[in-house]
Amino acid sequence: MIAAVSTIAVVLAVVVLVPMAPGWEAVKKSFFDGETFVRTFPTLLRAFLLDVAIFAWSVPMIFALGLAIALSRGARSPALFPLRVFGAVYVDLFRGIPVVLLVYLVGFGIPGLGLPRPWNSPYIWGTVALVLTYSAYVAEVLRSGIESIHASQRNAAICLGLSERDTMRYVILPQAIRRVVPANMNMLVALQKDVALLSFIGPVEILRQAGIFKSLLANFTPYVVAAIIFLCVTVPATRYADYLLNRDRNARS
Amino acid sequence: MPDPRLQLRGVTKSFGEVSVLKGIDMEIAAGEMVCLIGASGSGKSTLLRCMNGLEPVDDGEVFLDGVDIAEPGFDLSTIRQRIGIVFQSFNLFPHMTAFDNAALAPRRVLGEADSAKARITGLFERFALGDHMHKYPDQLSGGQQQRVAVIRALAMKPNTMLLDEITSALDPELVGEVLDVLRQLRDDGMTMVLATHEMSFAREVADRVVFMDQGVIAEEGRPEQIFSAPQQARTQQFLASVLR
Repeated sequence: MIAAVSTIAVVLAVVVLVPMAPGWEAVKKSFFDGETFVRTFPTLLRAFLLDVAIFAWSVPMIFALGLAIALSRGARSPALFPLRVFGAVYVDLFRGIPVVLLVYLVGFGIPGLGLPRPWNSPYIWGTVALVLTYSAYVAEVLRSGIESIHASQRNAAICLGLSERDTMRYVILPQAIRRVVPANMNMLVALQKDVALLSFIGPVEILRQAGIFKSLLANFTPYVVAAIIFLCVTVPATRYADYLLNRDRNARS
Repeated sequence: MPDPRLQLRGVTKSFGEVSVLKGIDMEIAAGEMVCLIGASGSGKSTLLRCMNGLEPVDDGEVFLDGVDIAEPGFDLSTIRQRIGIVFQSFNLFPHMTAFDNAALAPRRVLGEADSAKARITGLFERFALGDHMHKYPDQLSGGQQQRVAVIRALAMKPNTMLLDEITSALDPELVGEVLDVLRQLRDDGMTMVLATHEMSFAREVADRVVFMDQGVIAEEGRPEQIFSAPQQARTQQFLASVLR
């Protein structure tokens, strides 16, 4: 009841007060223009499919590489020490560079080596930049999952005569991966948004398409359309991640 | 005379500053059932873990069928197929059914595929868990889980079983069903070393009782001798405190 009243009060205040601002008419015209909205929506939606496609082919690579890095960071044998160092350096490096910077560096830098078609495609190198960054994050998430599995599970497996490899594959990883599903869902939501960064190096996906419309129509409404399209995907995905997280928490308490 | 199944000579083990085992000598014959008793922290669990190489010993020798398995660099994976171990906290794999818990190692290590199925099903039926073998561990009672853990160890066809206080985490009414399993194994002639707080059970089934105190074997002998006429003052003290 109190929640409802306070919500209504806040909404009313926003609806009444914001239009009283001196620039409201201008803002309304350039950001919330109904005609521009209707006109640009179909094209922007189609451009968004490119974002979805880039997302879809990046995800398997991100998880494969992330898993490989997580496993190499957890390698126990002294002979594999260099692998562990490599894993640590990889994570530090690619987690420490802003995604947009990596998109620029990889997306402009590597094709600049004079690679022939199709190897100079911004799709390839943009995807590489996303995979490098996100696999570093996913590796850390997976590693935390692996380390959260109690040592007694490993002991039990080793005592049955299972090799280190089989212990990881059949006993530790299946439990660890299940445990970090919510964290990885959040990662995927972030990735879906960061795909738009590839617009800076060429592909005409939704953000770039919105920019083209903005220049063409001298109106910012296309950006609002793009934001709404993103929200339609990311909000349900975030809610689903929260649901998984809660379910997991309840199951363990 | 044949080699004893397990033989320990001068085994020591410390964790940091704490010396847990201070020179253990022990022989366990094939088919013998030995109960380790003693207060918590007396070294019983650590001793069991040294017997299958789960804890490397600091010094001393551990012979299994005449082979020193405490030698650094010894490949323990073959040993572990011959020594089964069951833990106080079951340690079943929660993401697998009871049956898959038991079948994983035979499939991966012994390379059994179809042959494992009938054999493991037989084990579940023998220990009255035939109706439960396709359930997950969290759908089973503590006693059932612990029996699954015993079956999982037996599925590797071990000749020796190490049992680390396997009834300590159970509600009192569930202890009996697990002890019954051990009686059956004893009747099969399985070599067993068992750390336990179940004194009456130890008295009933053990061939030999070993009382451990502060990392040494304080006294050992036949159960009636240890329980009825302990020689050492600390054995008497311990028994007086647990047999009230």
